[in-house]
Amino acid sequence: MIDTADNSATELQSIYRQRVLDYSRNPHNFYRPKSPDRQATGFNPLCGDKVTVYINTAEDQVVGVAFEGTGCAICISSASMMTDAINQKSVGNALQLIADIKTMFSEGTEPEDPSLQEMLALTNVRSYPSRIKCATLAWNTAEAALKGDSSQVSTEDQDN
Amino acid sequence: MSQVVDNKVEMSSHLDAERVRADFPVLQQQIHGNPLAYLDNAASSQQPQQVVDAISHYAEHDHANVHRGVHSLSQRATDAFEAARENVRQFINAASISEVIFTRGTTESINLVAASFHEMVKPGDEILITHMEHHSNIVPWQMLCNRTGALLKVAPIDENGELLLGRMLEMLNARTKLVALAHVSNALGTINPVEQIIAAAHERDIPVLIDGAQAAPHASIDMQALDCDFYAFSGHKMCGPTGIGVLYGRERWLEKLPPWQGGGEMILTVDFEKTVYNSLPFKFEAGTPNISGAVGLSAAIDYLQSLGMDAIAGCESELLNYLTEQLSLVNGVRLIGTARKKSSVQSFLLDGVHPHDLGTVLDHKGVAIRTGHHCAMPLMEFYGLPGTARASLAFYNNRRDIDQLIEGLAVAAKMFA
Repeated sequence: MIDTADNSATELQSIYRQRVLDYSRNPHNFYRPKSPDRQATGFNPLCGDKVTVYINTAEDQVVGVAFEGTGCAICISSASMMTDAINQKSVGNALQLIADIKTMFSEGTEPEDPSLQEMLALTNVRSYPSRIKCATLAWNTAEAALKGDSSQVSTEDQDN
Repeated sequence: MSQVVDNKVEMSSHLDAERVRADFPVLQQQIHGNPLAYLDNAASSQQPQQVVDAISHYAEHDHANVHRGVHSLSQRATDAFEAARENVRQFINAASISEVIFTRGTTESINLVAASFHEMVKPGDEILITHMEHHSNIVPWQMLCNRTGALLKVAPIDENGELLLGRMLEMLNARTKLVALAHVSNALGTINPVEQIIAAAHERDIPVLIDGAQAAPHASIDMQALDCDFYAFSGHKMCGPTGIGVLYGRERWLEKLPPWQGGGEMILTVDFEKTVYNSLPFKFEAGTPNISGAVGLSAAIDYLQSLGMDAIAGCESELLNYLTEQLSLVNGVRLIGTARKKSSVQSFLLDGVHPHDLGTVLDHKGVAIRTGHHCAMPLMEFYGLPGTARASLAFYNNRRDIDQLIEGLAVAAKMFA
């Protein structure tokens, strides 16, 4: 398919939306909490992206989410949005949100939960199959932390 | 007489860039509305029409299995396959076709040696590699060490990406069973002083394997002058197809080593008690080989030689100088890999832009580069980086390709500022 150069610029902006760029520069909840009760580390061996997700829970409720790591703009902005989306949710609800995001990237379905609306900024990443793993890394890692799987998550073990 | 010689030098040191580029149909396309600037040649190079035609011609006229049938096509396929072997022999100046083994590529060539070396290695022995190796020249040796109890030793490098030669030579000792290193680093472009290492290893009768994947496409290589024991390279990095590569092995070593795979082709006689292996090089070529791949590789060699390896090296060296100079002028660019002797590869970082994001932005500008760890994670660890962006050149690139890269960097820098 041959696009025009103008389309190319628009297409590029559709993946790197302003919100994505903003979060990649100043991600929310980017720190290591003093005593997280759940944590997991995710690694994308293809590009070297690595994130550690820290979660605090109280009575089956997520009461704090933070992360640290290095990665591309898509990885870091997605991680930032994840920390906002699953905070103050029940563990079951948080796992459902994670599943919805994974389906969004694999099937192209738009999640309806209002907590996930910001993630729509990343839907166009689907046009770049090699980049989907960047967007899902933090979500897969949060899932591992919530399920108490402390071993390292690799994108190469995941569907996405 | 001297006039003629001078003319020849003049001719062979110059490539007709536009004519050469026209030989590569894949380069005549647009990506996201921009002309393709293909700067990922160290990952895989493109094939000229001559190679595409040779492979089609073989499939359309000559294909059958080799070394088996008495019919005409089988004879033609065998002739084409063995002519390809002879062409490789000449290209690398091996002493005999017995020393030219066809494989799937560099990775398989190295695995072949590592597997066949099993019986030569005892617990406590050492295999010496360097810190800048590609995973394919690390993992097979690690696997050999795990099987035998041998130790993997790693020669250090400096910040410029140069091997610390003195330190490496000091690491050679009575326990060293084999030295394996890259002729040219895929991530940094460093040209290693393999001649000195081979000479020092041979003083102690230690065999040396050279990973030539990044060297064979860019300069003439001469097995007899180099005097190495094994040399591995791939067809698809030198304008040939994927799935074909070569292991050069010194005959004395190949005779000594057991075969690593069993099957047809590699046998003389088989009964249920014992098998007599075939002679070289067939002892190491079990099963039906990649015949059309060999035909394509042979056509690629013809193509490269028609341009002249010296002319290719000269052209790429000029392009590398231009690339390095232009990259150095960009604000926020840090060059990774600044060895004094380099082949046509430049890794770099752009301040504030992750290599992966840079790769996507550049793709939108029609520029193909590699981003990531370049299958050299220990090397990235040495630099404390998760990865780099890497532009790698071939003789069919031109200054416009490099200018397009530089323009793409400006777009990325602005976007992520």
